[in-house]
Amino acid sequence: MNENILQTRQLGKRYGKRWAVKNLNLEVHRGDVFGFLGPNGAGKSTTIRMILSLIKPTIGETELFGYSLKSNRSDALRRVGGIVEKPDFYLYLSAYKNLEIIGALSGGVRRKKILEVLDLVGLTSRAADRVKTYSHGMKQRLGIAQALLSDPELVILDEPTNGLDPQGMKEVRGLIVHLSREQKKTIILSSHLLNEIEIVANRMVIINDGELVVQGDVSKLLDEGEKYVVIQAQPQKKVEAVLQRLKNIIGKYAVKDRTFEVWMDFADIPELNKALVRAGVLVEALIPKRSLEDLFLSMTEHSNEVST
Amino acid sequence: MIRLIYYELIKIFLKKRTYLGFGIVLVIVPLVEVAMKLEGGRFLTVAMRGLSKDFLFFGNIFNGWFVAHQIMNSLWLHIPLLISFVAGDQLAGEATAGTYRLILIRPVSRTRIFISKYITTLIYTVIFVFFLAALSIGLALALLGRGDLIILNRNILLLPESEVAWRFIIAYLLAALTMIAIASISFFFSSFVENAIGPIVATMGLLIVCTVITVMPVEMFEIPKKFLFTRYMDMWQKIFLDPIPWNEVKIGILYMSAWTLAAVLGAWGVFVEKDILS
Repeated sequence: MNENILQTRQLGKRYGKRWAVKNLNLEVHRGDVFGFLGPNGAGKSTTIRMILSLIKPTIGETELFGYSLKSNRSDALRRVGGIVEKPDFYLYLSAYKNLEIIGALSGGVRRKKILEVLDLVGLTSRAADRVKTYSHGMKQRLGIAQALLSDPELVILDEPTNGLDPQGMKEVRGLIVHLSREQKKTIILSSHLLNEIEIVANRMVIINDGELVVQGDVSKLLDEGEKYVVIQAQPQKKVEAVLQRLKNIIGKYAVKDRTFEVWMDFADIPELNKALVRAGVLVEALIPKRSLEDLFLSMTEHSNEVST
Repeated sequence: MIRLIYYELIKIFLKKRTYLGFGIVLVIVPLVEVAMKLEGGRFLTVAMRGLSKDFLFFGNIFNGWFVAHQIMNSLWLHIPLLISFVAGDQLAGEATAGTYRLILIRPVSRTRIFISKYITTLIYTVIFVFFLAALSIGLALALLGRGDLIILNRNILLLPESEVAWRFIIAYLLAALTMIAIASISFFFSSFVENAIGPIVATMGLLIVCTVITVMPVEMFEIPKKFLFTRYMDMWQKIFLDPIPWNEVKIGILYMSAWTLAAVLGAWGVFVEKDILS
């Protein structure tokens, strides 16, 4: 049986009449890379702030390693490290001094440990430089370093790839995988990017408007939903003829705005492609789609509409 | 706790704004004292407004003690501003910088963090007051020498030199207590806001309002003004009276301590319950 190291029960936060987070029940198991997904403004950061005791919940409670955050805060947070939103530091101090100060709040850390985490995030050569001279990516990496300082079992990373260039994103994702696989850390990774969660997480939750939409294994959630392929190809008649012929691998299909949506197993995409090309169809794109992706996309679009 | 205080001291003393107050004092005090030295006794003559016609003074009454006393008098309204630069930044500065998110997710209670920050504020305040004392008295004595201290109030009081040093020590201790009350009020405002300017403005605003109420000879203010800290801010001056009205000093200490306690408890209450949204 999986050991729950984080559990929230009916967790909620209300600001005035608006619930930022409502009735949230999360379960994070030991060893998980737990994706915490939701569009901007969904309540991810509010939840993480409640889990890390920056915000007091209006209702509900959080348990970390079996300790109630409400009644046993210090024990609950002793094995947790985290980074909340953008990484901010004492800019007038060096990275080393920042980590020394942060370490003191966790009972003190040795110089060796500080150098170890700086090395892990590739900042050893800049350890003595003031943080105000750091780029955003370096601050983000320093943020991860401080989260690892007390050698926590649970690492909570709130949108750690935000504002990074593609290379920086890749490095941070690599680091998360390393922490999970090599250092056996349990990780909660919040993001508004489904593909990011898909790359690194084994379990995930999607929240929207502060409420839980779905929670479970990433692979199961992605597999369970309907899968279909969007075909962008010409001419339409030839495409339809091919689809009729391949009834053994195709469930059903629909035509939408000069594209075809074909319900089928993704493993059969090469066969479909081959058949289309042989029939003289000019294939522009074959795009695998999942209903979860659509669901998330619609939530994201909705939140963008609201924000604009 | 000692470790937390140590790192709070590092944070405070590696910050440039901490030295702003020291820098201002370091400029003003020598400037005034050198100017007084160059002016010679003219300042004293003007200050005595012709009293010298009726009295005969022997010895060096325009001396270092006299100038140090004048400095203490004249700077005293400005020191709270300099103190609140740092005290007001203690909590609000963390919110502004976003570093609350770093420190308040650690397995150390908010109360311990609060205490370490408050003690650091007290240490800064005391160091600052005694820096002012050491500089103004030390430089004044070096420039103008020693002698009896003449106090120009409604009356003229001449304190023998043998009594001056300990009176200054007690006066500065009382001044430190007053500044601790101011720092605590600033600390209180600092717990509310997420901008370090707010506590400075609020502290100075409160100081001005309370001072106006204290000095206004209006009957409806008579009762409230008894409870205002501004009424007791000049309690250190009573140490230079003869005899010293110890009862009044004790009441002043009581009120300043009460204001300090109220401000600290208020700040603590806000800080431990505060949602960190910055």
